[in-house]
Amino acid sequence: MDEKKLAIIATKGSLDWAYPPFILASTAAALGYETQIFFTFYGLVLLKKKLNLQVTSLGNPAMPMPLPVPVIMQTMPGMQAMMSTMMKAKMKKKGVASVEELRDLCLEAEVKMVACEMTVQLFDFNKSDFIDGIEYAGATTFFDFAGDADVSLYI
Amino acid sequence: MADFDQELDASGLNCPLPILRAKKTLNGMESGQVLRITATDPGSVKDFESFAKQTGNELLDSSEEGGKYLFRLKKK
Repeated sequence: MDEKKLAIIATKGSLDWAYPPFILASTAAALGYETQIFFTFYGLVLLKKKLNLQVTSLGNPAMPMPLPVPVIMQTMPGMQAMMSTMMKAKMKKKGVASVEELRDLCLEAEVKMVACEMTVQLFDFNKSDFIDGIEYAGATTFFDFAGDADVSLYI
Repeated sequence: MADFDQELDASGLNCPLPILRAKKTLNGMESGQVLRITATDPGSVKDFESFAKQTGNELLDSSEEGGKYLFRLKKK
């Protein structure tokens, strides 16, 4: 039986948006898919050794809040850090894996991770800040894999 | 005699961890052996059915007992 293939493009680097690529990739790998994630633009921070992912309610009116907080208050210094801490604590309490854990599970399951070289140049990222075992390449390399993928997702 | 060869407690874990842990445990088992999984995530009921369907590992049974979900998977 031919192995199915899943190709994902991860473009976002906030705590909430970090979950879909890693959840789907690790699950697909468990189901026997050959899986590749191409990280570009803000998604690249998901490959940093030291993750400091944040979540914000600003521009995200659907985010459930324990108490209604007026938008003007949400812009105050420290609010984003506080919300991120609260979100991480809530996830832990509910048995939701951390992003680090899901990323490790992906690596363990041989999910291939490709970092967009152009983004590294654009934001002057230092490759030594990124985890080991990843590749650096461009859009053409993505299509080399995605061209015959069964499922392709842009996240 | 127990009706399973290995046991996995995935209580308290949320999607997709019960499936990922089960897959990892199955990797270390022999074909035909049975893994019993205990989970508390209600979503795992449908997910273990789908996992079995997609991977060919047979879901022998799926039940609920006092807020816990029990599954037995037979390794392909």
